[in-house]
Amino acid sequence: METAARRSVFSILDAPARLSIHGANADSDGDAMLNAADLGLSSSAPLEFAHPTFAIPPIANPVEFLKHQTSIDAKNRIKIQHGTTTLAFKFNHGVIVAVDSRATGGSYIASQTVKKVIEINPYLLGTMAGGAADCSYWERELARRCRIHELNNKERISVAAASKLLSNMVYAYKGMGLSMGTMVTGWDKTGPQLYYVDSDGQRLKSDLFSVGSGSTYAYGVLDAGYKKDLTVEEAIDLARRAIFHATFRDAYSGGFVSVYHVKENGWEFINRLDVNDLYYQYAAEPKPKLL
Amino acid sequence: MEVLLGITGKDFVLTASDATTARGIVVQNRGEDKSRALNKHNIMLYSGEAGDTTQFAEYIQCNTQLYRIRNGLDLSTRAVSSYVRKELATSLRSRNPYTVNLLVGGVDPASGAPELYWLDYLSSCVKLDYAAHGYASYFCMSTMDRFWQPNLSLDEALELLRKCLAELKVRFIGNLPDFTVKVVDKDGIRVVQI
Repeated sequence: METAARRSVFSILDAPARLSIHGANADSDGDAMLNAADLGLSSSAPLEFAHPTFAIPPIANPVEFLKHQTSIDAKNRIKIQHGTTTLAFKFNHGVIVAVDSRATGGSYIASQTVKKVIEINPYLLGTMAGGAADCSYWERELARRCRIHELNNKERISVAAASKLLSNMVYAYKGMGLSMGTMVTGWDKTGPQLYYVDSDGQRLKSDLFSVGSGSTYAYGVLDAGYKKDLTVEEAIDLARRAIFHATFRDAYSGGFVSVYHVKENGWEFINRLDVNDLYYQYAAEPKPKLL
Repeated sequence: MEVLLGITGKDFVLTASDATTARGIVVQNRGEDKSRALNKHNIMLYSGEAGDTTQFAEYIQCNTQLYRIRNGLDLSTRAVSSYVRKELATSLRSRNPYTVNLLVGGVDPASGAPELYWLDYLSSCVKLDYAAHGYASYFCMSTMDRFWQPNLSLDEALELLRKCLAELKVRFIGNLPDFTVKVVDKDGIRVVQI
């Protein structure tokens, strides 16, 4: 521990990529791998709080390793669930999050009742698009890390920090086949916050995002009706309509529309409505005037 | 579709990067700043693989700032570009190389002499008077070859940059509505409106 600490004074910081993968076995090879002890932050933290690590196939391209299971003509193919429409936007009264609930494996509808909003804690929400398992696993791991931050620092983690934890975690597995497009949102000291994080390691901050195969359809409705000074009711309606229109055009989206509202004292679940009922409700309404 | 531009002037470097983040056919964000301040007098613009770009840029930023804390002085533009080149060269020979293209620009805080370095993901590093990355080079290099001259004033450099961006608007199929334009001079780094 002593030599590790001393060494770090003279060396530069190591590359951020892939640290969490190697973190656990860095001691054995004694290489210049940066680990928690080097930072002197959590040298006394129990080992079980370290990052979970996965065995990586020791080959050049880990995605190739699973090709016999994931390619289209594979026997007993593992069909990874894709296809979703999710959206979230900031407005004057917080953040609205809306998602569909369909899970598909290729052309097969596996479920119509998926919960695609992940309740990280009472102040943080994450959305799910891409691989269902990847999203739920990594956001559960994010929830654990956010709780540990809270216990260590006696205050809640900021949304900026939480989203960066997530992007750093998945960046460590870049190129190994992870698939997730997620929005992390919540209310912290600086107000309502919205970030987009995906499995490329991309992390963006903006007022409005839509993610998934139906996102272009959702953007069409959302961009046309979005403004900062929507009332809460208008915002909820806009979000629900955007998801509805996406489920109408995108075969990989459907089921129910769930809407959440992030407020100063935490998020609130608004409701979950069947898109079939919404179809007839919206069909009965007159179309809005264009001029 | 990403565009990075850099122009050296008399005692400054002018940089521009497109402010659009796109994934596939969808624009995800307008108003992105594709640059990081390495220290008071040096800036690094980046483009390339999503995720790699910010991770690499922030890694370089952290280490140049750490250098200042440990040694009490800032790395020069030349030094920082050599450091970045070495990091890219090391990365290129690893299992997971960074796919990042960069412009490193800065001034000597004492003399104000500007320097601009063009680096690509294969860790080429060239010192240039003006530089472009991506499709911009097809449209803007000839404009800069024609109009650039030594000791440009800031107004002249801004006019040259406007010529480049106007050409992109006319001839480039990619629609890039916004650019983040910055100036590095003796006083540090600042955003300018174009």
